[in-house]
Amino acid sequence: MRNTVLAEATSKFAVKSGLQQLLAFGSLILLVLFFSIASSNFFHFSNLVGILLSTAVIGVLALGSTFVIVTGGIDLSVGTVMTLCSVMTGVFITMWGLPVPVGIIGGLLTGALCGMLSGLAIARLGIPPFIATLAMMMIAKGLALVISGTKPVYFTDTPVFMKISQGSILGAMIPGFDIPNAVLIFFLAAIVGSILLSRTIVGRYNFAIGSNEEATRLSGVNVRAWKIVIYTITGLFTGIAGILMASRLNSAQPSLGMGYELEAIAAVVIGGTSLSGGKGTIIGTVIGALIMSVLTNGLRILSVPQEWQTVVVGFVILLAVYADILRRRKAA
Amino acid sequence: MDQPVVRMEGIEKHFAGVHALKDCRFELRAGEVHALVGENGAGKSTMMKVLTGVYRKDGGRIWYRGMEVDIEDTRAAQRLGIGMIHQELNLAQDLTVAQNIFIGKEPRKFLRFLLDDKEMNRQAALLLGQMKLDIDPTTPVARLTVAKQQMVEIVKAISYDSQVLIMDEPTAALSDSEIEELFRMIGRLKEKGVGIVYISHRMAELKRITDRITVMRDGAYIDTVQTAETSIDRIIAMMVGRDIYQPAKPDRKDAERRETVLEVRGLTRHSVLRDISFTLRKGEILGVAGLVGAGRTEMARAIFGADPIDAGEIWIHGRKARITGPHQAVRHGIGYLSEDRKHFGCLLEMDVKTNVALASLNRFVSGFGFMNDRRIAEVSDQVIEELRVKTPGNGQRLKFLSGGNQQKVIIGKWLTRDCDILIFDEPTRGIDIGAKSEIYKLLESLAAEGKSIIMISSELPEVLRLSHRIIVMCEGRITGELINDQHATQEKIMTYATDRVG
Repeated sequence: MRNTVLAEATSKFAVKSGLQQLLAFGSLILLVLFFSIASSNFFHFSNLVGILLSTAVIGVLALGSTFVIVTGGIDLSVGTVMTLCSVMTGVFITMWGLPVPVGIIGGLLTGALCGMLSGLAIARLGIPPFIATLAMMMIAKGLALVISGTKPVYFTDTPVFMKISQGSILGAMIPGFDIPNAVLIFFLAAIVGSILLSRTIVGRYNFAIGSNEEATRLSGVNVRAWKIVIYTITGLFTGIAGILMASRLNSAQPSLGMGYELEAIAAVVIGGTSLSGGKGTIIGTVIGALIMSVLTNGLRILSVPQEWQTVVVGFVILLAVYADILRRRKAA
Repeated sequence: MDQPVVRMEGIEKHFAGVHALKDCRFELRAGEVHALVGENGAGKSTMMKVLTGVYRKDGGRIWYRGMEVDIEDTRAAQRLGIGMIHQELNLAQDLTVAQNIFIGKEPRKFLRFLLDDKEMNRQAALLLGQMKLDIDPTTPVARLTVAKQQMVEIVKAISYDSQVLIMDEPTAALSDSEIEELFRMIGRLKEKGVGIVYISHRMAELKRITDRITVMRDGAYIDTVQTAETSIDRIIAMMVGRDIYQPAKPDRKDAERRETVLEVRGLTRHSVLRDISFTLRKGEILGVAGLVGAGRTEMARAIFGADPIDAGEIWIHGRKARITGPHQAVRHGIGYLSEDRKHFGCLLEMDVKTNVALASLNRFVSGFGFMNDRRIAEVSDQVIEELRVKTPGNGQRLKFLSGGNQQKVIIGKWLTRDCDILIFDEPTRGIDIGAKSEIYKLLESLAAEGKSIIMISSELPEVLRLSHRIIVMCEGRITGELINDQHATQEKIMTYATDRVG
């Protein structure tokens, strides 16, 4: 008898948390509806594709950031590491003359290496994630400038590189369906990320560490080693973002990148991932990133000046996190 | 002089289903040192937290200097002049002695706009002088020894004109000469007419400096006696309670002949563990008794690799084991169940199946690194059934389970990992009485199946009921080892547990 009551209570709870998952998605739909009604220029195929394209880079960064944030950590270096990856890819391809695929792998490995170094500093040396990745942020920023000689690296001799972001495999297959590859890569990365986080052992440890690191350690889990793995994964996603960015601009811009990490974190947080760790989803992050781009795009179409767009995004972050706090208070 | 400073009567306190204080009383006279003693969990701290306004009482009355008072929060207690010296000192390490004493009531000048350091240091020097303490008020607290810091804490308390001072295990971290200094200070406080509540487990100390002793047990008041007229044995007997029902001792036949599973040799950790050596046999429950702070949890964590050790060896199944972290201990088949389930034991926000699988996730990986969630669910359901975990399902989050059922899930976690050496640290803490006996039965059947168990417990009846052998710790050492036969009594264990050397 008591068990059935309990079971009922739990199933109700499950429905509720499912509904909450839909909350972010619902807000996204509402935003799209609002802008579609407010401006006839919003709900156009080309504009929607533009929104998706502008989401891709920040989106992939946010995917990677989700991993460390679920462990209760943070990675402030993703913005400048992304730039370093762009620059390194440029160096490999244009200066060393390596084939494009090799250059891309080099760029990805640069990201993974940076992530691994942050992870080592955090797990082995016991440096708090905020500080360790702040240091990595500076190191990567400086290195990107040093290596590039503070000048952009152009991929003019390898036109195929540009296609990574700007080409459209889908458009070639389905006429008129010209969705750029960058968007495709973003969604593929999201699917891979989602599987990693929810279906593999890394993901499971990810949540365990974020939920209670000490209890996880005392369960015989080699928390240090797994943290290094997790920061490396974040670095790998950062590498993907770096390639996308370089391909989209057809150049590696060494002075770019600073501030991207905060936008990525904002997307993660709007998507319902808790900064204190233990909770979060990849789909939430994707929606969070989309909400941010829809907002900026829609406000721009409504001719709201860019400065004010930023102000609005700030308020949206407050709102999203406050809604999460309210939900938790109710659940408690 | 006859009128007590503090009189507490009929004090009641409930915590979520636990009756923590039942009709308790306490009385303190001016210039008296009054000891409050009892086993861990007897209700001493709760009683004092009611007096200092940390907890609100659910029933009863408190008089302060003859006036009935309602102590609604800690500020109210402070205003009345009731101060507490906690076991862990509460000083800001980077501030000076004077800054700490006057924190929150700093002397100010220029329309209260600027701090008046000169005046503050002068007043602090005055207070320190009154207590005959040779401490410079401008020294940062971090540079003082623990003993001196404690003195500063006491001066801070009397700077509020405290008439009542509660000291919780004040000698726990002090050396012998420092204890002498503390006692001299207590003497000076008595002369000033300050009433002191002295909470301690150390019988010899109580005999020396207290005037009266109040004994509590299981949240109830037992008696108040004149220290001079009462023997230590009688106090221990009152603390333990002779009338406690002692269930049958465990069956020990052929226990001695069984193989040794774990051997600890000379385990030492600076100032916490001293030369710990013992053996654990197959199918044995080894009870570890001792008072809070005796180093039992520290010993468990050291064996489990959770804390580093300075010296010592751990042998498992006759082979020396290198354990530098919990993941290695687990590989050797050791499982540890922390006394603090919420923080160290389980993932409260996660569901039952994740907690069950946590220590052996790598065994649930199928091809391509995917988690075999169906298998995890099956194994969890098996654990739920075998250990009779009351839960609506394996997807229930652990925070919605009762303490006893959380504990069962954690046991299930180690069984899933095939651990054959289990270290239980206070296995029934925070678990209600009905569930306790279930945990007892579980421990007994685990031992019968051949698991070897180290059980740390502060509840002597629990130790005596379950253990085959008992080791007793005091101040980081093993002070006694006894076979749990008819000669093993609570009194004997308490004597070992208070066996303090310099």
